Amino acid sequence: MSNAREEKAAKIRHLLETEGTAVEENTRGFNNGRYESVGKLSDYEGLKNQARSIKEDAIEQLPTLIDELTQTVESNGGSVYIAEDAADANQHIRSIAADCEAERLVKSKSMTSEELEVNDALKKDGVDVVETDLGEWVLQLADEAPSHIVAPAIHKSRSEIANLFNSMFEPDESLETAEELTMFAREELGSLIEDADVGMTGANFITADSGSLMLVTSEGNARKSAVVPDTHIAVAGVEKIVPTVEDLTPFIELIGRSGTGQDITSYISLLTPPVDSPTVDFADPDTAFTERDDDRSFHLVLIDNGRMAMREDDELRETLYCIRCSACANSCANFQSVGGHAFGGETYSGGIATGWEAGVHGYDSAAEFNDLCTGCSRCVNQCPVNIDIPWINTVVRDRLNNGQPTGQFDWLYDTLVPDEEDGGLDLQKRLFGNYETLAKLGSATAPVSNWIGALRPVRSVLERVAGVDSRRELPQFKRNTLHDWFDARGGCRILASHADREVVLYPDVYTNYVAVDRGKSAIRVLEALDVHVTVPAVPESGRAPLSQGMVDTASDRASGVFAALAEPLDAGRDVVVIEPSDLAMFTREYEKLLPKASYERLNENSYDVLEYVYGCLENGADPSVLRTREMAVAYHSHCQQRTLGRAVYTTAVLERLGYDVRESDVECCGMAGSFGYKREYYELSMDVGDRLKEQFTDADTRERTVVASGTSCGEQLDSLLERQSIHPLELIDPIVKKQ
Amino acid sequence: MSINQASYAPDFEQSLAGLGVDVTYTTPSAFSETLGSVVEGQTIGVPLPFDSVSQPEWVDTDVTPAKLNAATTSVTPASLGIADYGSVVLDSTADGAEQSSLFVDVHIPVLSATDIVRSMSDAIDRIGPKLRAGGSAIIATGPSATADMGALVKGAHGPKDVHVVVLTEQTDGERTEQTDGGNQ
Repeated sequence: MSNAREEKAAKIRHLLETEGTAVEENTRGFNNGRYESVGKLSDYEGLKNQARSIKEDAIEQLPTLIDELTQTVESNGGSVYIAEDAADANQHIRSIAADCEAERLVKSKSMTSEELEVNDALKKDGVDVVETDLGEWVLQLADEAPSHIVAPAIHKSRSEIANLFNSMFEPDESLETAEELTMFAREELGSLIEDADVGMTGANFITADSGSLMLVTSEGNARKSAVVPDTHIAVAGVEKIVPTVEDLTPFIELIGRSGTGQDITSYISLLTPPVDSPTVDFADPDTAFTERDDDRSFHLVLIDNGRMAMREDDELRETLYCIRCSACANSCANFQSVGGHAFGGETYSGGIATGWEAGVHGYDSAAEFNDLCTGCSRCVNQCPVNIDIPWINTVVRDRLNNGQPTGQFDWLYDTLVPDEEDGGLDLQKRLFGNYETLAKLGSATAPVSNWIGALRPVRSVLERVAGVDSRRELPQFKRNTLHDWFDARGGCRILASHADREVVLYPDVYTNYVAVDRGKSAIRVLEALDVHVTVPAVPESGRAPLSQGMVDTASDRASGVFAALAEPLDAGRDVVVIEPSDLAMFTREYEKLLPKASYERLNENSYDVLEYVYGCLENGADPSVLRTREMAVAYHSHCQQRTLGRAVYTTAVLERLGYDVRESDVECCGMAGSFGYKREYYELSMDVGDRLKEQFTDADTRERTVVASGTSCGEQLDSLLERQSIHPLELIDPIVKKQ
Repeated sequence: MSINQASYAPDFEQSLAGLGVDVTYTTPSAFSETLGSVVEGQTIGVPLPFDSVSQPEWVDTDVTPAKLNAATTSVTPASLGIADYGSVVLDSTADGAEQSSLFVDVHIPVLSATDIVRSMSDAIDRIGPKLRAGGSAIIATGPSATADMGALVKGAHGPKDVHVVVLTEQTDGERTEQTDGGNQ
């Protein structure tokens, strides 16, 4: 167990050192480009919804579309082959190549062809397969795998590519600049394309009504590969079919923006093969195009390879809506640090790759990188077809925990039994998944539990047995919980009968047992605004087990939370939540875990605590009852809070109270709940955190008071910076604390 | 030319400027001269489908693979311009218009001002029936480009430069209006 962790840590450390810099620069460039490009759209959300609905319908009626497309392509003069799996597809492609006695096949970039490993299959028959996308060609020469689904060679720097070309081709003058490298590749590949017998492309979309392929490229190599030779093979997953040409519009508008941040790529090819245009036969250089009478052939190879089974799987089906734009990879803080060589399986990489790998290659491949999704949810709003990518990662994690794709499990433990390692659920996951139990125990025995937790031998055992990195400080449990304090002071100071509003303050585990001060501040802030507060006993939200892939446990917690809150909700009380990851459970994940009516009732009445304060102020509450002051703060909102669109309220409240706020814009702090505590991910977590550190130690921010909304963000900031962070509630708490 | 369609030309030009693509407006009578001022080196092309103009005799329309490799510039028709994106739609035809537009260093799409539509959706509405009839088309936006070698480079496999020529209607006095929308 611990050896596997050490190996994983070593692999990540190696990638951080060798590829991290290039990957980070490129992915962050794409990510910023996406924000900028979609910002120019007048109805981005409308386009995404349109794209989503087209994909939903297309997958729903897929068998019919396959039939329709087959008829269309055949009547256009092409052939269609539906391959059950990679071996079946490769055998068919080899037979096409053999029939036309192909010596060279030129390819444009296609992830589906990577999935098939068709290059290796063709090479066995002596076919010279040439990747013509410049990035893919570099990787073919270097014998490396893509590190990104759209820009496959982003892990390689310009100088590495120059060294590769110079040593392989020994040009008269050694190549150095990007321009020189590109022109060299253009020449080399140009002559290879001239002699090609077969061109192979993928397809971003295929239209059933016309039998057209849509290819999204910028270099022009796909256009050449498709039209220069007289034989064209297109490989595509069955999920690429949409009903009509008109359905392409939202995808054309979204795919370039979502991927590399371009409004549109140079070429959107809409080819209806076999195409009417002439082949470019360089062996017959002087016959004019107008005098040619080409007999083109076109072979469409549609790949199932697990997709039809994914279509039947309620949880994995969404994966088939993916248009492989890479937005989920580019917006992922972990991906930005390590790229697809860590955050990827056999073929696919990035957040959605978990779904693809589980579906096409199996759960072992998904298991290799599934843990790298922390569930921060930053990719959710970036996906052009609104796929809940963290949920797919959670479901796959759950299935991996169970050791079988569709099994059920019931991990309900009253107490932890850390010495029982029984080949079931990973002990590390079980430890973090049962954080509430741990916190109760830790609090009840504090401060002794904190002393024990700080002992080096204990940390050493924790690291060895449960993979808790000993470089992290553990949370200090408080003997006196928020509940204890609230009861001892006699409950709320504002009588319900005199209050403007009544709320339930959700006592999340961390606030109740560890960060009790922010809970006290929350109560005092709400009371100052004439709000009657109750703090009932409500179970942990299920966030901790869910992030370990313990879906049934999380589901059980969700039921417990709703049971505890149903009566206050019926009594017209709002639910106010301090911890953003718990609010995200109530308003996002509970949709999957609770009956619809229960979810809706809780969702509609749950608020981020600063959102609630904002609402009170907007409705006429006097801001001077809170702690107003001119103070410069550096604010890091929480990833899930930003996804929910609630971070804006904290900034608005702070500014209204006189604070000068500078916000971070990194996707995630890197801690992401338990992720940064895990031995194998500590270094990655710190690498991600460095981007936040940079933003909070520049000339403008280094003197500012650091403010964070999330528990784990605060812990990460405390380990990254020399100054301590505080919660926004503690800033605006009307009672000035004695330091 | 309807007023509605004409009104998309400024937006089209602005989008092209954002891409670093020059655009030159010309009337039919000034077409040959205008074209002469924007081509570079050996020039090939395919016959233009517009009533008002045809290719000057110095544009070689008898294109062969050898000429495709030797030419620097090509002049081919665009069936649509898309104002929101600065895109031109290049139909795939039996005379090799698509091929001619691809292999050269400089591509000059010739577009009628009346064929500029506002949005991608308007363009696809026009392209749909063509594809269903077996046709093919490329929505081309700016030059060929790649960032795979560590920085953005124009001219990966296709043209390094695109210069759009927009045909306007003949006006009194045969005024030739030239506007450079580029940012060089």
